[in-house]
Amino acid sequence: MRHRLGLRVGPVSFRVGSDRREPIHQLRALYAGYPAPDAAIADHTVRLEAPRPWRRWLRPQVRVAGDHELPGAVPLPARHALLAAEMAMNLQLALGHRRHILLHAATVERDGRALVMTGESGAGKSTLAALLAGAGWRFMGDEFALIAPDTGLAHPFPRPVSLKNESIAQVRAAWPAARFGPELAGTPKGTIRHLAAPADAIARMDEPARPALILFPRFGAAPALRPVPPAEAFVRLTEASTNYVALGEAGFRALTRLVREVPAVALDYPDGSAGLAAIERCWAAL
Amino acid sequence: MRYRGPAADALLQAPLDLFTAVFHRPSGITHLLAEPAPQILAALGGGEMDLDALLAALAVEHELVGATREALVERLGELTAAGLVEAR
Repeated sequence: MRHRLGLRVGPVSFRVGSDRREPIHQLRALYAGYPAPDAAIADHTVRLEAPRPWRRWLRPQVRVAGDHELPGAVPLPARHALLAAEMAMNLQLALGHRRHILLHAATVERDGRALVMTGESGAGKSTLAALLAGAGWRFMGDEFALIAPDTGLAHPFPRPVSLKNESIAQVRAAWPAARFGPELAGTPKGTIRHLAAPADAIARMDEPARPALILFPRFGAAPALRPVPPAEAFVRLTEASTNYVALGEAGFRALTRLVREVPAVALDYPDGSAGLAAIERCWAAL
Repeated sequence: MRYRGPAADALLQAPLDLFTAVFHRPSGITHLLAEPAPQILAALGGGEMDLDALLAALAVEHELVGATREALVERLGELTAAGLVEAR
């Protein structure tokens, strides 16, 4: 690969290579300030390459390759190479990481305690994490919560926040000083724009926090708050985990401990500001 | 019909609320059990019992009185289907 970038995000290191300059250039800008991998060999390798040689020039496309691949994945147009890179990094982690239990969740921290928000795509995890970070919480990640099986601590994985469609303007309005990547229009998920992780999130990426609240947000519904009993939280978290089955007994111990120690609530919220206000109320009541 | 439960070290149990999460080590499968399933597994205790012995054990050791044979057979059927109990 002619163009390369090595970087570490929390406890995970990546090596990204491409036969095109732009994606690596865009990644460098989005990941400015991230440390290089500690060791010569990165945990995960991602390659962004043209699916056919002529696709470097003619209606250019990129496909992602790496240690783990999804068979039949459709190449993306080269103008969406940044999205391809982010998706590929997620895929490598989701399928290859074994040191932590991975939850598809956004995490923020305040006063040494972590709020873990998990839900399906569209539930508003990323938007809430970005709005909370803009309101002074420490951003720990919007894609994966990394829970250490031995300690139960949440480890930061502060990648750029993937914001979609209406949430882009919403976060820009709420947080004018935030730094964004290029706008990626017409992706399979609509318009996507990455919000660079705040400097303090990067500076403190090796500082874990103890989970204090598990939140199951649902965007676009009438306001409602409901305590989630541990067994239901356990089932929902096993579904939100990409490596629960692979971790076996360690995953079982980690998740049962998490739901027994940490309260969980389901939050329906109509918009970002209502969501933020409800979260602050939940947090204050802990 | 006789029923055999898994050995005690084959299961990892975590009571959560009304439900108990159970990790079955030989299969690596997680189960979520409601009463009286955890009590049935504990009463079988890795051994083999017929229905009468199991009913008596549940009443004495687990204070599960009033369990009917029909209900117990149904629960045992579910546990057998889940691979946690062997019927022979």
